[in-house]
Amino acid sequence: MAERLVGADHAPPDLRAKITGRARYAEDFRAPGMVFMKLLLSPMPHCRVRNVDATRALALPGVIDILRASDVGEPSDRPSESMLTDEPLYEGEPILAIAAVDEETCAAAIELIRLDLEPLPFVLDPLESLRPGGPNAFTGGNQFSGQDGWSEYKWTDAEFAAIERGEMPDPQDMPTTWSKGDVDAAFAEAAYVVMEPIVHQSLTHHPMEPRSTMAYWENGRPFVYVSTQSAQRTKMGLADALDVDPEDLTFVSEYCGGGFGSKIGGHTHMALAPAMSRKIGRPVMHRVTRYEENYIGRARPGFQSWVKMGFRADGKCTAIDLLIAQESGPYGASDYNSAGSIADLAFTPENIRFRGVAMYTNTPPKAAQRGPGGAQIISMLEPIHDKAARQLGLDRLQVRLLNAPTADVGFGPRNGTLTSVFAREALAEGAEIFDWEAKQALSGRRVGSKVTGVGLGLSPYTAGSRGYDGLLVIRPDGRLYAYQGVGNLGTHSIADTVKPAAQLLGLNWDQVEIVWGDSSRGMPRSSIQAGSQTTHAHSRANYAAAEDALRKIRLVASRQLGGSPNAYQVDNGRVSGPGGSMTFAQVAERAIALGGEFDGSTLPSDISERETVPAAQRLAGQGLMGVAADAYGGNGSIYSWQAGFALVELDVETGMVEILEYVGWADCGTVIHPRSLKAQELGGSIQGMGMAMSQRWVFDPRYGVPFANRLYTARPPGFHDVPLEMTAGAVNIPDPQTPVGAKGIGEPSVGAGAAALTTAIADAMGGNCLCRTPLTPDIILAELEGRPGPWSRLDQHVG
Amino acid sequence: MAEVESVGVLEKKYSRRTFIKGVIATGATVSASSYALRGTSLLGAATFQTSTERLITLNVNGQQRRVDVLPHETLAMTLRYKLNLTGTKLGCDRAECGACTVLIDGVNQYGCSILTHQLRGRSVVTIEGLEDADTGELSVVQEAVMEQGGFQCAFCAPGFIMSMTAMLDTNPNPTREEARHALSGNLCRCADYDKILTCAMRAAELARSV
Repeated sequence: MAERLVGADHAPPDLRAKITGRARYAEDFRAPGMVFMKLLLSPMPHCRVRNVDATRALALPGVIDILRASDVGEPSDRPSESMLTDEPLYEGEPILAIAAVDEETCAAAIELIRLDLEPLPFVLDPLESLRPGGPNAFTGGNQFSGQDGWSEYKWTDAEFAAIERGEMPDPQDMPTTWSKGDVDAAFAEAAYVVMEPIVHQSLTHHPMEPRSTMAYWENGRPFVYVSTQSAQRTKMGLADALDVDPEDLTFVSEYCGGGFGSKIGGHTHMALAPAMSRKIGRPVMHRVTRYEENYIGRARPGFQSWVKMGFRADGKCTAIDLLIAQESGPYGASDYNSAGSIADLAFTPENIRFRGVAMYTNTPPKAAQRGPGGAQIISMLEPIHDKAARQLGLDRLQVRLLNAPTADVGFGPRNGTLTSVFAREALAEGAEIFDWEAKQALSGRRVGSKVTGVGLGLSPYTAGSRGYDGLLVIRPDGRLYAYQGVGNLGTHSIADTVKPAAQLLGLNWDQVEIVWGDSSRGMPRSSIQAGSQTTHAHSRANYAAAEDALRKIRLVASRQLGGSPNAYQVDNGRVSGPGGSMTFAQVAERAIALGGEFDGSTLPSDISERETVPAAQRLAGQGLMGVAADAYGGNGSIYSWQAGFALVELDVETGMVEILEYVGWADCGTVIHPRSLKAQELGGSIQGMGMAMSQRWVFDPRYGVPFANRLYTARPPGFHDVPLEMTAGAVNIPDPQTPVGAKGIGEPSVGAGAAALTTAIADAMGGNCLCRTPLTPDIILAELEGRPGPWSRLDQHVG
Repeated sequence: MAEVESVGVLEKKYSRRTFIKGVIATGATVSASSYALRGTSLLGAATFQTSTERLITLNVNGQQRRVDVLPHETLAMTLRYKLNLTGTKLGCDRAECGACTVLIDGVNQYGCSILTHQLRGRSVVTIEGLEDADTGELSVVQEAVMEQGGFQCAFCAPGFIMSMTAMLDTNPNPTREEARHALSGNLCRCADYDKILTCAMRAAELARSV
């Protein structure tokens, strides 16, 4: 019997390359004659470039050429990002690029460029832009619609007066509004109603690998080496950006040093190196430094928000009124929309009113960051959830079990349904492993200056999608080659999504080759690596291809050996049945001889004509091909859940918090790879803890300049910020609507880790939820000592 | 106490002050443009120059390598752009992340914060030097990482592995707490810390059984 692959641990196939230094990330590629490129970043948060004098720079020995905004795109008054701009909308936005024989000459040339800049009004804080007469991020206004162009959206003095009084403002005509049930009636009937203002920071993604690119052109065709989360989909986007036929683009991204949402379909500036290379006719390395990554590397949008929640005496949440103003950067983000739906899903209030506005600001651009919208809102609402439990004299775990949804849930503005939900099971199992009862008994214990806090959070996020293509070939060496169009961003899904397919074909893991990361080797149409889709989407797509391969293997065997195709079984690289048995190597040879659908010479009609067909055509005739679209269908959205539990000690004399224990437990369907799952759960949870406590964005409000622009100032969590022992696992109940049963897990963990920490800190403070991030020691201390900090209640990015 | 002493010695040899003095002494400027590579004049083209390269001999991964270096050139840049040893990663350019960690005379150091010309007569080991070049045999740390399926995106992995290697040399029998301390100069943004620590502990176990 072949080994069982689903549910077993295997080292990823790329691990040896990664730990011997052989793995080549984008900045590791070299080409003969390669030169360097560097960007000139805007020194102002908003300005107009009146003139650029590059005479001295271009005269410097070794300087080759310059790229300006006009070389790479048309000026636009829309809030859409281009690679270079003559109207920078944030400090650090690239104005131009210089190519030179080495990087230091590039830097020296940049220093010699004379800029004539006209400073323009800027705004960092959404509330400032909402104030009557307040500044706008764009000269045209602070709201944009494709139909009506630019406009101004302002609140009135009445809203700001309400905010001053500590009340929830009641602005009219909010751009996004939806509601369900009767919120006012539900508040009137509630046993407990609580209102809190919320401030959630924005924060940079800071993947370990900055977004460097190397590119060259040969015979009019580009070869580009990039750092991106996705592969096949990034390739299509890059081909569009370069205006070339996708089949003419050789795209290489075998390794990506992390993205967390900042490199989903590639990124705007990845097209700069190929653009420069096209202009100068030489290979170009664009090495992005950490300092530059801070600016062009994307950030999670922050919220200034107010929430009112109503509860029944038994703890059931019956009403939510949520209002969010989002700090959206110059090019927008939609986190606030997800936050509204996820608040509805996580607390099942039945009566909800959501109002939101995305405010353009002159800060580095925003993008989805692991659990976008969900992580922010869960980390902020869970301490309020606890406050209600405390007021009503209820156990916090029991209240969560009551409010967590079951399979019949309808959520969001369209009352969406789910394929499955085992959130209560995840909570209950996690609580047992954490030993909730015993830990809860430690809550509030003080030893010296240290007070124990116990926290828990339940966090949902999207975890799948449908309808992509799978492409497998069994070659005459008897091995299965799985062609992956998904990116290798570190989640191990390039390998894990092949396991169910290989298991269906009765193969051992050492009989499987994963092919990925190089478009010249064939990439079927794939999902982007975002929204935790990949495990669900591509375990299905590869499974569909494996079913197609199995059908063909049986047909080949029955034609060769006689008997009914369905009487043949596969195991250990052989197909056996009434007429005898064949090895997969023999089957592959026979498939090539038969041609037609067997070796991919003819292809099914439902796979992507533009994307999968060219990839399959490259591989036709090389063996038995399994190729199919995921046509399994399904109803409802696919969501996974993470329950997080934390035990912390708060030092009330220093405001420092130490996390002593953490347990994460997930509902993510069938577990394909336990060790990778645990790594995703804990890694995401720690990112969430960083978001809530250690990591930060800090701005100088006067000049619009970010201070936390390097790792040591932004402070993502290091080894000493996390507990020595952490536990994670999953309920391992299959999703009934997908043949493999597996859902994704990357994102729910961020909200769970953050919420476990925000609730634990609130618990250590006697139930006082601060409802803001980051919970730095000075912010905690100011609260403990009952003194006002040097910031206003709703100020963002103060430290 | 041995640890304290060795830290003191290192402080003298590799301190930030020494590094900056080394840069200033060469007449180069430390500017906002960060670490700018110079001297990869790949086609022999003219380049902006204020100082000249000097041919030195480095001992890298047991081999004598002759290389032209600028007075203010960092080891990470020499390794990556002149010796094609790209396993040493640049994550921050400035001693904040540890992705460029290498061993200098067996001690883990940030390659971005050491001037190459200061390393004459010293031994440099990079991630490429851990695997046995003839047999392909992995080091015990690499074996442990393979066994435990370590790292996610793994951009930090070479640096962590070098720090683990140095740790086993000074403390072959660490507790989890000690291992965490020994590795705390390296950052993992995927935050795979739990598994990294498990790899380190397994590596120590394997090293003791050899």
